[in-house]
Parts: sequence; structure tokens; C-alpha cells
Amino acid sequence: MQTLQQLVNGLMLGGILAFVAVAFTLTIGMLNFLNFTIPALFMLAAMTLWALATPGAHVLGFGLHWLPAVFAGVAVAVGASLLVERFTYRFMKAKYGDATEHALPLVSSLGFLLMFEHLVITLWGTEPQRVNLPFAETDVRLGGLVLGVPQLLSLVLAFVLVAALSALLARTRLGRALRAIAENPTAAPLMGIEVNRIVPVVFLITGALAAIAGILYAASYRTVTPFIGDAVAADAIAGMVLGGLGNVWGAIVGGLFVGMVKVLAISWFGAEIEKIPVWGLLLAILVFKPTGLFGHTKIGKGKF
Amino acid sequence: MSGYMSGILAQLAINIVVAYSVFLPAAAGLLNLGAAGFVLIGAYAAGALTLKTGMPLFLAVPLAGLAAGLIAFIVSFPILRTRGVYMVLATFAFAEIVGGILINIPQLGGAGGLAVVAYAGLPVVLTSATVVVAFVAWLLATRFGLAMRAVHDDENVALLFGTNLRLTQVAAFTIGGALGGIGGALLVHQFNFIDVQSTGVMFSIFVLLYVLMGGTQTAWGPVAGALFFTLVPEGLRQVAQWTPHLKFLESSRYIVFGAAVVLVMMWRPEGLVTRTLLERIYGFLLRRSHA
Repeated sequence: MQTLQQLVNGLMLGGILAFVAVAFTLTIGMLNFLNFTIPALFMLAAMTLWALATPGAHVLGFGLHWLPAVFAGVAVAVGASLLVERFTYRFMKAKYGDATEHALPLVSSLGFLLMFEHLVITLWGTEPQRVNLPFAETDVRLGGLVLGVPQLLSLVLAFVLVAALSALLARTRLGRALRAIAENPTAAPLMGIEVNRIVPVVFLITGALAAIAGILYAASYRTVTPFIGDAVAADAIAGMVLGGLGNVWGAIVGGLFVGMVKVLAISWFGAEIEKIPVWGLLLAILVFKPTGLFGHTKIGKGKF
Repeated sequence: MSGYMSGILAQLAINIVVAYSVFLPAAAGLLNLGAAGFVLIGAYAAGALTLKTGMPLFLAVPLAGLAAGLIAFIVSFPILRTRGVYMVLATFAFAEIVGGILINIPQLGGAGGLAVVAYAGLPVVLTSATVVVAFVAWLLATRFGLAMRAVHDDENVALLFGTNLRLTQVAAFTIGGALGGIGGALLVHQFNFIDVQSTGVMFSIFVLLYVLMGGTQTAWGPVAGALFFTLVPEGLRQVAQWTPHLKFLESSRYIVFGAAVVLVMMWRPEGLVTRTLLERIYGFLLRRSHA
């Protein structure tokens, strides 16, 4: 029972990781871009939610009802994500033949990560802050297992949103345009696709996914700091690699798997040791089976 | 010289040495987001040597460099199988594994960190940094440096012209790892302390950022990047103390650094110091001296 409960807890953490892993894998699959601003967007949404909902907050402490605060958090993160698009992906175009050039957006996104994190630190400091949301304390009991409502919600939402995303990519005109850009960013504009109008959609989806994950994190753990995104993003990257870069369903499975491994490893061996097997496995996959556990995907076969 | 100034100078010198550990692979077209890994190896190796065997610094620092270089050589073969984003992630994973292993060795202080007694003062650190800069400048002027440049600009064409691609990349990665080890050895003996937490992901990110910001075309790029990364935050901290109105600058200095990185990547994607820039400066100086 103990182990089963731990597995359930892992699945819940995995739900949040899956969100973030999907956000990572989507930008890599579509744009060949490892977007390091995702942890910052995750954190921005959670911190904005906390600030708006808490009357005592240093900046933005309006003491809003939690529902508008949630929407505002998502809106801020999406806005930030669109800003990132404007200053990173637009400058990906190769001007000089250069092997490290494809890394430019990656580098700029690291710059944005620094900016956003330290902006939040400047505004609100580094102390952990308590988030009060309704239904955060309510648990569902199912045959002796305790399931938290926010965790349950994140699990369900992860599947629903990714199903919607897959449908969008597979069936709509927009999805076809996105897949064309993923397939060949040079040929796509020749086929009449307005790259500069379509690409922001990827950033919009990425920002929204990261933001929802951040808010679910705040609801589950009830504490936010400017650094919550970093650890989650590292685990989500591990999940993404497991599932194969660019594979959306793989990212979900990978995220859930990493969540469970993490929770089990911590309960069995303590917190410090878990890094070695997780990152060792990851390195092995990257080196020997870079397509991940589920084989090739159609998208993201550009330069890399 | 005040203690504050010499502290900043020592930090700058160490940052320069560490910068070259990322610069060399980058100059051969390889992105290394695992600087922390090699720095940790060097720091713990040198710290253990001086602490447990009482070895003098002038032996321990090069030995730490050798140890890090050896490990870099071994891991370069699997890591060089990957490319692009995959390589960024692989080096990142490597650094995490190194940290994960070191934190689980109680003899080296575990999560509490390693405190050492031997002290590397400013003269030691500055001399080491000067030697490293001179070494890299010389290395880039050799045939090997030319091979790195060719591989960096276009792997396939370099291969067509008979460059040994694998050898060049392995050598660049290995020498880079060794320099990272030397940087770590200097770091631990300058501050008399190292721990895994403070030399983690953020450390690797910062190093990669200021190296690419400085530019990977010439040996002077990393110096420029390290200068910017070390001095601008310190300068902002100084300015913040002038009046209370400017107090916000103190905590916002990394916002400025982040924004600077984004802007440099937009306007000077090859970094601040480029080959063309240096040629222009040389040309200008030449004309002045002839006139």
C-alpha cells in the first residue's frame, strides 16, 4: 500500500512534469529550438498568481479572487513567451555559415531565463511564499489511496490538452502549416506559409502549457519561489529525452515515468542519490538511442 | 591594492580560465553546457591532493587539469556521437552526474562541500590565467587552431579538405576539459571552499553565456566575455550604492546581463570580439603607425 501510494504520488508529480516536457518537446519538434525560458514562464505564472491573490504582496498585491489571478498568471506567461519569440526565433536565420549558429536562440533563451528570474527576485524577493487556493486541501480517498484534487486535475488536464494538441497538429490548417515549418523551415514560406505569423502560435502554446503547469504546481505544493521552475525543468527535460525529442505523447509518458522514478527513488534511497541513475540513463539514451524510447517521429528532423 | 579589488581580479582571472574550457570546444563547433562538471572534477581533485597529501599548489593544479582532461578525453567519445541540441543536453547530463557522484562521497565532504587549507593568492591566479590565455592564443595560431576554425565553420567542407574531424573535436574537448579542471583547482584554493550546489546548472549556463557573448572566433572573445560578466555586475553594485534611488540596480544586475546577452545575440551573433573587428583594429593601428 505504501509503495502504491508512492506510485500514485509519482504519477501526480509526473502530471506536472508531463506538461513541461510537452512544452519543451513542442518547441524542439517544431522549431529545433531548446527553449530554456520554459522554467521561467512556469515560475512567472505561479508567482503572478500568488502576488495577485495575496493582499500583502510587495508589487501587484491586489488581493484578487483566485480565478482572475489564475487567468492573469497564464496571460503574463503567454505574453512573456511571445516576447521571447520576438527576440530569439526571429534571429535564428543563418547569416553566416557557422556550426554553433543554430544555438543562438538557445543562448538568447538562457539570457531571458536570467532576466525573468531576476526580475521576479527584484520585485518579490527570494523567500518562499504561501499560495492559498480553494480545493488545495481537499483530497479524494479511493480505497485507501489519497489523491489530491490539484494533482488529479493536472493528470487529467495533461491528457486532455495533449490530445487537443495532437488533433490540432494532425487535422487543422494551422497544424498543417506548423508541420510544414517543422519539416523544412526554408521551403515552408515558398509554399505560402507566413512563418512569422505561424511561429508565434508555438510560443503561445508553449507559454500556456508552462503557465498551467506552474499554476498546478502552486496549487499542489502551496509554496512558490522564484526558483521553482529550475528543478521541474531539469526533470521535464529528462522526461522529454526519454520520450524522444519532438514526440508529444512520448513526453507525457516520459514525464510521468520520471515523476514516478523520482518519488520512488527518494522514498527508497534518500534525496541525494537519485541524480546518478536518472542522468546516467539520460546520457545513455542521448548517446545510444537519441530518438528516445519510442523510435522516430516525423517532426523535428531539421538540422540536428 | 584593496582586498575588494584583488578579490574581483582573482574572480576575473578564474572566470577567464573557466571560459577557455568552454571556448575551445565551441571554437570547434561543439556546445558544452557542462562546464560545472569539469570545474568540479578539478576542484575536488586538487582540493583532495593538497588537503590529504599536502602536495604543493604548483603540482596539484596541473595534476587536477590532467585529471579533468583525462575524464574529458574518455567522455568525449560517447558525447561526440551527439550533435546540436542533443550535445547540449548530453554535456548538461554529464555535469549533473559528476555533481551527483561527488555529493555522495563523504570523504570529500559530501553535500557540505570541501574546505581546503592551501591558498592560491592573486599572483598565483593571475599568472595561471596569463599562461592559459597565452597557451590558447598560441594554440589557435597553430595548424590545429586552423583545423578547429575549419570544423567550426563547416564540418563537411573541413572533412573534404582532409581535416581529421574526430581528432580535432576530441582534442578541443579534452583540452577544454583540462582547462576547466585548472579553473576549478584555482577556484577551490582561492575561496578555500567548493560545493556541488553552488557549482551547478546555473554555473554552466553563465559560462556558456559569457563565452558565446564574447565570441568564439578569436582567443580574445572569452576574455571580453569574462570581463563583461565579472565587471558589469560589480559596477552596477557600486552604482547602486551612490543613492538609495539606485538601490534596485543591485538586485537587477543579472537582468542587465541577461538583456545584454539577448541584444548581443541579435546584433552581433558571432559575439562581441570577432575576427573582422580585430582586423579592423589592427589595420587602424597600422595606418596610424605609418602616418
